[in-house]
Amino acid sequence: MKHLLQQISRSGKFVAGFSIFATILLIVLIYPLVVPDPPLEIIGQGTFFEPGIYVNVYDSISAPHYTLNLDEAAEQRIASRFKAEDREAMRGWLVGSGMPESEIDIANTAQLLDQWFANFDPTTRLPGMTNADRNYYIRLNNSIQGLLSTEAAVIAQMNAETAVLEETGTVPQTAYVNVNQVANVRVLPLGTDNFGRDVLTQLVRATGVSLQIGFVAGIIATVIGLALGLVSGYVGGLVDDVIMFITNLFIVIPSFVLLILISFSIGQEQRGAITIAVVIGFTSWVWTARAVRSQVISLRNRDHVNLSKLSGHSIAHIIIRDILPYIASYVIMALILQISSGILAEAGLSILGLGPKTTDVPTLGLMMNWAMIYQAHILGKWWAYFPIIVTIALIAFSMNLMNTGLDQVFNPALRD
Amino acid sequence: MEKVILDVADLTTKYITRFGEDIYAVDHVSLRVEDGKSLGIAGESGCGKSTLALSLMGYYFPPLHYTGGEIIIDGHNISGMKPDDVRKSILGREIAYIPQAAMNALNPTQKIIHFIEDVVQAHDPTTSKQEIYTMAKALFESLGLPAEVLQKYPVELSGGMKQRTVIAISVILRPQVLIADEPSSALDVTSQKMVIKMLRNLMDNGYIKAMIFITHELPLLYNVTDDIMVMYAGQIVERASSKEAVFDPLHPYSKGLMGSIIVPEEGLRDVKLAAIPGVPPNLKNPPPGCRFAPRCKFARAACTAASVPLRELENGRSYRCILSEEELREAYAREDRQHGR
Amino acid sequence: MAAERKLCLSGKGVTKVFGLGRNKTVAVDNVDFNFYEGEVISLVGESGSGKTTLAKMLLGLINPTEGEIYFQGEKRDLSSHRKKKEYWKSIQAIFQDPFSSFNIFNKIDTVLLDCIRMRGGGGLPYEQKVAMMTEACSFVNLKFAELTNKYPFELSGGQQQRLMIARIFLLKPKILLADEPTSMIDACSRATILDMLMQLRDEIGMTPIFITHDIGLAYYVSDTVYIMEKGKFVESGSADEVILRPKGAYTKRLINDVPKIYEEWDLSTV
Repeated sequence: MKHLLQQISRSGKFVAGFSIFATILLIVLIYPLVVPDPPLEIIGQGTFFEPGIYVNVYDSISAPHYTLNLDEAAEQRIASRFKAEDREAMRGWLVGSGMPESEIDIANTAQLLDQWFANFDPTTRLPGMTNADRNYYIRLNNSIQGLLSTEAAVIAQMNAETAVLEETGTVPQTAYVNVNQVANVRVLPLGTDNFGRDVLTQLVRATGVSLQIGFVAGIIATVIGLALGLVSGYVGGLVDDVIMFITNLFIVIPSFVLLILISFSIGQEQRGAITIAVVIGFTSWVWTARAVRSQVISLRNRDHVNLSKLSGHSIAHIIIRDILPYIASYVIMALILQISSGILAEAGLSILGLGPKTTDVPTLGLMMNWAMIYQAHILGKWWAYFPIIVTIALIAFSMNLMNTGLDQVFNPALRD
Repeated sequence: MEKVILDVADLTTKYITRFGEDIYAVDHVSLRVEDGKSLGIAGESGCGKSTLALSLMGYYFPPLHYTGGEIIIDGHNISGMKPDDVRKSILGREIAYIPQAAMNALNPTQKIIHFIEDVVQAHDPTTSKQEIYTMAKALFESLGLPAEVLQKYPVELSGGMKQRTVIAISVILRPQVLIADEPSSALDVTSQKMVIKMLRNLMDNGYIKAMIFITHELPLLYNVTDDIMVMYAGQIVERASSKEAVFDPLHPYSKGLMGSIIVPEEGLRDVKLAAIPGVPPNLKNPPPGCRFAPRCKFARAACTAASVPLRELENGRSYRCILSEEELREAYAREDRQHGR
Repeated sequence: MAAERKLCLSGKGVTKVFGLGRNKTVAVDNVDFNFYEGEVISLVGESGSGKTTLAKMLLGLINPTEGEIYFQGEKRDLSSHRKKKEYWKSIQAIFQDPFSSFNIFNKIDTVLLDCIRMRGGGGLPYEQKVAMMTEACSFVNLKFAELTNKYPFELSGGQQQRLMIARIFLLKPKILLADEPTSMIDACSRATILDMLMQLRDEIGMTPIFITHDIGLAYYVSDTVYIMEKGKFVESGSADEVILRPKGAYTKRLINDVPKIYEEWDLSTV
């Protein structure tokens, strides 16, 4: 046993897979202690806030202000508020007023502004320009003027009695606040989803739930498969025929279709995460049963089994002591695969809208489902689906890596 | 004196285990095989005889590593050549190797002629299929194999026929040396006899110039090879002509080995089978001095003091023991008297 | 002496068929045999001759498709696990490959304690069990003190086969089926194993039945030899008679094809 563990710890693949898996597991366990928010709480008013640090505007006004004189500040401010379509429109006007197109570089903010102020005349009416267009250009010009203003912003408060705005302070353009001194700052590393829920918190919780589903489904499938495989393989005869008949039936009906049908017939209200796990477990034992059976068949004619029989041991004793230990390594590997495929099956079901009911807990599949329904992939809101795909892939990858590593330890023929 | 075809001097190869330990499975082995001669290698499992067979090809792949010595085939030194060069120009042309389960190495989806085409065209890509067929047919017929075999798939042949086919394929490029490692052990006695007959045929008709035959079945070795070399724990302990080795072994280990032969012949029931107590040493750290000493009835302090060199006798025999020929014979005679024979 | 010969195992019309329809193979084809107590018997056959199937039927590990096997002249009854257990007190086996004969997860102690339990010694005090195991091990030249808490695979092939004999020593069966007991171990350990088996035979008065493909071994150890070909006995009789003066064509060929050292081995006959 000690030797076996030593061998396993030497297998690079297993160690790599295990490290990834353990990291995921640790995050799932520790994150809720650090961020105790309920994962499905709607915090954002609106959909798909981008990942980033959200600083409370009101609090930052009352936070201590510091003056920092930074050269690029003004330019960056203009550049960030100067939208691409405005630049396009400016070019249109400049070209229309007779400027050669090659001289205009809309990426160069300073040069573009110079050219604009040198040429723009609100009274000029370019050929083919409608009234609306003209008004647009005038508005654009005004807003650009506003951008360039170096005056401080005024903070005013409404006097409750006179309903007059009274100036209480100004915020110059060189004013800064220290984020640490702002009372409310929320980091949303993965932004929010379509309902305005924190994607990261939700993802961590969903990973935990999906792992639970995977474990429950994997253990159920392995236990059923192992029991049927052992009995069918060792006892043989009619028992084998009956069990194999059932197994083959399950093989002929694609288990995913079966899963969909069962899931559908349970109904939305009854579908909790564990219910789904049980359903997945009950539909995916087939391959384990077949594989265990064939292993047992090859084992049951081995001499050590014959010797055990000759020593007068009962069938139960032989199965448990002389057969099970020999296939234990195989069963562990099958379990790992079952867990990983259980997670994938849940994801598959949920994408189809047949996953656990949506009000209790998130799962990886449900998150994918929501992202898909609200068209996150079309709108380019990558943070709503990409981290989930990566998580699913990492879990499956780490488990397969562990499996291959174990395979190499248990099966010396595969060692390199 | 006949021309020496295979001349091996001080060949040493080792296995490096997964834990980085060195196992010297072939330890300073020197041997010569002359033109038209065959040499048998005998020994218990784990004595290094199969490793010697692999090492003689000059083609090493992990965990087997070359550490020293020379292999000269017909004047051509192949030790120290690059593995790729050995594979391209030595294997199959100078030296051919038949492992025990050679017959299972045939790809079941290809006809026999296909393997021959592969082998010949790898050697000379310009040879046409027609030429190869004619050549293969001639070879098979001269070796007593029906030419129809060429057009068959491996699964259509019996185990013995497959093994003989593999042997025929292995000599198609007329290698100088054939190394056969337990080529008939997996076969029934009749097929085994056919394989042996074929190997003898190859030697007698000059298809190959020298043969190394490895088996744990001593009666077989006695019937196939001119000389027998006994290996123990990676070293040669005795080399003699087959008759001498079987009926008059000198080294105590050979004596025990030959005494354990069982054949269905009159008189065997009255013979007391010899037994050697103990197990072969672990090659990770072999015992000092004579490696057989811990199991030897005649061991004395001097045996383990220093390593024992191979003694060369006048008639070409050699053995590795500190006792002289006379002392050994006397000790064996005393033993026989004790057992009342 | 011939008059006193007592039957230990006999069979009438014993047949074993595997598979159905087109896949049907007759492994053992309607064989009759009478094995007598005190004789050393060998069943000789090439692979596929059905000798191992017959051995398994004799052991009661598989049931014959047809025919009856008689134990000490009485019809054998293996209808329940209890009856089988009783039968296996009288008949035991040694298998070909020592490395696969032991459960690699069981310690040597477990293997030997099983035997004591089977002989009804399960309730004995541990010291007494140790004494029995020590005795059994010393019979086969092994030291129990060194083996305790070890696993069988830590021993060499020869040692494992000796452990197997120690097992038989504890079980004291009336019949021992030795299925190629020496074919997987080195020649120099072969004599030790055979000597121990013969010594054990004298000690506990069992009847050894060797199952082997090695006609030389059969000749060396046995009194009576049965030659099997394609599920049938083609020749039987005393070892000298069958092997030195074979009558049947198959036996002749078999003996002819084994390499010889004293006589010339005739290669021209194949």
